[in-house]
Amino acid sequence: MNNFQYIRTTSTKAAIDAVAKDPDARFIAGGTNLLDLMKRGIVSPEKLVDISRLPLNKIEREASGVRIGAMALNSEVAENAFIKEKFPLLAQALQAGASAQLRNMATVGGNILQRTRCHYFYDTSLPCNKREPGTGCGALEGNNHMHAIFGFSEKCIAVHPSDMCVALAALDATVLVSGPTGDRKIAFADFHRLPGDKPHVDTVLEKNELITAVTLPDSPFTKNVHYLKVRERASYAFALVSVAAGLQLENDTIQRACLAMGGVAHKPWRLASAEKALIGKKVTEATFRQAAEIAMQGAKSFEHNAYKLKLAPNAIVQALKTAAGIA
Amino acid sequence: MEKAFIKKVQIGDAMDRVDARLKVSGAARYAAEYTLKSVVYGVLVTSTIAKGSIKEMDTRAAEKAPGVLAIINHKNAPKVPGHQAGTDNEGSRVYGQEFRLFYDNKIYHNDQPIALAIASTPEQAEHAASLIKVHYAQEKHQTNSKANTSNAITPARGKDYSRGTAYAFKNAPVNLELEYGTPIQVHNPMEPHATTAVWEGATKVTVYNKTQATKLSQQEIMKAFDLKEENVQAISPFVGGAFGSSSRVWPQEMAAIMGAKVTGKPVKVALKRDQVFNMVGYRPRSIQKIGIGATAEGILTGITHEAFTSTSQYEQFTERIVDPTKTLYNCPNLNTAYKLIPLDMSTPCWTRGPGETSGSFALESAMDELAYALNIDPLALRLKNYAPSDPEKNLPWSSNYLKECYQMGADRFGWNKRTPTPGSMRKDEWQVGMGMAAGIYKSERDAASAIATVLANGSVVVQSAVADVGPGSATIFTQIAADVLAMDVKQVTFEWGNSKLPKAPGQFGSHTTASVGSAIYEVCTLLKKKLQELAITMPNSELARAQQNDLVVEEGTVGLKNKQIQLSYADILKSHALPQVQVSTESKGGGPEQEKYSGKSFCANFVEVRVHSLTGEVRVNRVVSAVDCGRVVNKKTATSQVYGSITWGIGIALMEEAKLDHRYGRHLNNDLAEYHVPTCADVPPIEVLFVDKPDPVIDPMGAKGIGEIPLVGFSAAIANAVYHATGKRIRELPITPDKLL
Repeated sequence: MNNFQYIRTTSTKAAIDAVAKDPDARFIAGGTNLLDLMKRGIVSPEKLVDISRLPLNKIEREASGVRIGAMALNSEVAENAFIKEKFPLLAQALQAGASAQLRNMATVGGNILQRTRCHYFYDTSLPCNKREPGTGCGALEGNNHMHAIFGFSEKCIAVHPSDMCVALAALDATVLVSGPTGDRKIAFADFHRLPGDKPHVDTVLEKNELITAVTLPDSPFTKNVHYLKVRERASYAFALVSVAAGLQLENDTIQRACLAMGGVAHKPWRLASAEKALIGKKVTEATFRQAAEIAMQGAKSFEHNAYKLKLAPNAIVQALKTAAGIA
Repeated sequence: MEKAFIKKVQIGDAMDRVDARLKVSGAARYAAEYTLKSVVYGVLVTSTIAKGSIKEMDTRAAEKAPGVLAIINHKNAPKVPGHQAGTDNEGSRVYGQEFRLFYDNKIYHNDQPIALAIASTPEQAEHAASLIKVHYAQEKHQTNSKANTSNAITPARGKDYSRGTAYAFKNAPVNLELEYGTPIQVHNPMEPHATTAVWEGATKVTVYNKTQATKLSQQEIMKAFDLKEENVQAISPFVGGAFGSSSRVWPQEMAAIMGAKVTGKPVKVALKRDQVFNMVGYRPRSIQKIGIGATAEGILTGITHEAFTSTSQYEQFTERIVDPTKTLYNCPNLNTAYKLIPLDMSTPCWTRGPGETSGSFALESAMDELAYALNIDPLALRLKNYAPSDPEKNLPWSSNYLKECYQMGADRFGWNKRTPTPGSMRKDEWQVGMGMAAGIYKSERDAASAIATVLANGSVVVQSAVADVGPGSATIFTQIAADVLAMDVKQVTFEWGNSKLPKAPGQFGSHTTASVGSAIYEVCTLLKKKLQELAITMPNSELARAQQNDLVVEEGTVGLKNKQIQLSYADILKSHALPQVQVSTESKGGGPEQEKYSGKSFCANFVEVRVHSLTGEVRVNRVVSAVDCGRVVNKKTATSQVYGSITWGIGIALMEEAKLDHRYGRHLNNDLAEYHVPTCADVPPIEVLFVDKPDPVIDPMGAKGIGEIPLVGFSAAIANAVYHATGKRIRELPITPDKLL
């Protein structure tokens, strides 16, 4: 760990300016991931610009939907009455993440930007293209128990670890960003990248840009929803596979569906074809099994994660059954 | 709650912990929390290869970094006389050459400590450590047990065992040959290891460390640095869990002592979580083969248990992995073999229920498999093969209430409600299963000393060097003293956790209560006699004509049974003009009487699990643990001991596994987010039942060991329940969802 400067800023603009003028400066909010990365020598910023006190922590109803400030704590969002009522899938996903202590520190913006938990990324003496481009992917032929089955490249098979992001992907979120040249909106589906040839680049966010908020459009998925997280212990473990499932039902016919998976790809994995396949179908286990099969098209496993090829479709079925109330 | 206010406590009472307030209020000081005047900080730098040597270590940048006092490595470290002397296979607790910190440029395992950066603040030391550049001459390493069984050796301190005919199971009407495995598990106590060392001159050193054995710490440091006993002190009153990982002197102690020597200041070295994974031992991976055979009626006719565990290249760490197999059942033909696989890793170390825990997973899983092969209830099979005496030693048990454990546990659990067919007890999407297993663990008594002192105000101080790493030993020793003296427990103070105090064995192997408890029982009995004598002989004593046998010692007084005369301790001392009265004792370990018996603790664990039919997740619904640990000295702390074992057992069965990438020989999941131990949400209601009948042989309290017994066999009880739920037999721990899909 290096010596570093720590400064607090009082406005978004000042924060962005502070990071923009210093190539080795980084934003810090809750620090629940960044401090780990610094302690392990994975990143060594010269300057930390603390944004946790910026006035970006409000959860506000909008004409249609909700705007969640980037500095809102994970626990605040999870326990917010409006979120629980109108976006229960998001609340459930947040509750499934990390531990109470971490949720009390972690912010929405930071959660979106958290790095992978791949073992090879975290040990600076092992190869990792994400941490050190060109060194190779340690997981490709190593311990890939937790790794991707979709969207990976030979350069990187890591997965995105967030629960919250799986729900945001399913709920068509938009990420609001401010930078030195102004503001922009990024559709959640476009925010995180697939590894391709540049696994060290997780997102489309530029270095000097700051996430200011996430917006969600009004959602029809207020009742029949379920966030299923399959993990190796009952709490405080990253997902082997997780599923965010929402159904809009009329009697027992599916009007609309939203579906996304975590723990399977370099980014939250939206299951658009499976969603489409569900529309107009009756709520039955067979319907869900069929959707799960569609969702799994193109999945490929490695030496230690073949179980995910069984687990992921099973988890989709289970999440949909629970959402539909037939579990 | 009323117990908390009872002043007069007896052996058996559920007395509150004497150090509870200190612990919950943060006033108890742990090893890393001693901040001595002018203390400086050391950070260990560790290797990034598993085998080879250091070609070059560039410390220039580190030496120039702010606040740095010294960088110590193999080139400049002070010589350690004990390390120069070489291997001591007579006196060492583990066969071989102990790891010698900064001795030469050889690398024996990955993350081996190779340098110590010392600076004025922990941050400066951390920064300096990161600036040290190392170039290695790397050699091909081996860290994979499974791939190296052909290189296994017969340990110098391990004998094969046989009674009756070897491999007799093969000729049994019903027989099975099965292979089981357990992964590396890491103690991972809440408190990472730390030491502060301070020298006075060149010949006297004090260490504030985390140890289960202050006397052993002292002896090992004396031997290493060639110092006199009175010049080495180890202080460790509070330990935040150890589980075996603090039963030797490790690199952080050696580094702090060397660092303090070099800098002339107190040096504190605290390990980081990842360093706890292989610098202070771990439970080795096991590969076990069990052959088991019985008659069609379920009478065991032969068991063969062959086990491999891993060790380092410099020491042969052996454990009692095949021991439960030798003694738990009445099997006439039985043979065991035990081999070690030397790997390029650090030496493993005793880990809660050492050996027995891994070994009993294989034995008790095999018993369950045999029960299914025979179509006999698993509990009935165990009862049929109950051993009425120790079949290994051919000695009567000192006491054995295993049958009572079976009965109590089964009744409480509702074992008779179990339908035997696997998969027959479904609830919604969850497959429900019930499993059980038995456990056996040695119960012995070692020599220990104690001092008891009555002070002028009539209060009593009892002392022993013993550690209390969490089981509540300080509490029960206070309780034993108060009971023997029949006095207000608030008038009794127990002092522990310092090598200056009377000699005690290490707190491991479930023998602290029997060993140190006996010493305290004896010393307080002596003190009573001494006070009786003094009461009779004090000037103008009202008891001058009394016989010693007629005198009652209670409530801080010596008096007549009818209470017409009662002389307080304070008055007795005053009239003799004594500032205090002190007696000491050296209690013997297992004497000739004990050699006529076999001492063991027993348990029977009953478990209900549920397994999700689609996701393979296993959750434990409930546990009933029935334990024969002799007389229970303190119901509260004893129950907590069982909770601890069961929690460990859930971890071992379902989640604990240190993962290595053998290509690099490095740990992958060396933090508490990735190395899973049970969270509160993983631990169901646990019902603890004690037989609570005194053992007449081992010690005067009637107690047997309790710290490890409930863990022995427990992981098999879960595996057996998972089989009952799903029909899937998992022989390689942990039982994670991927194995059940």
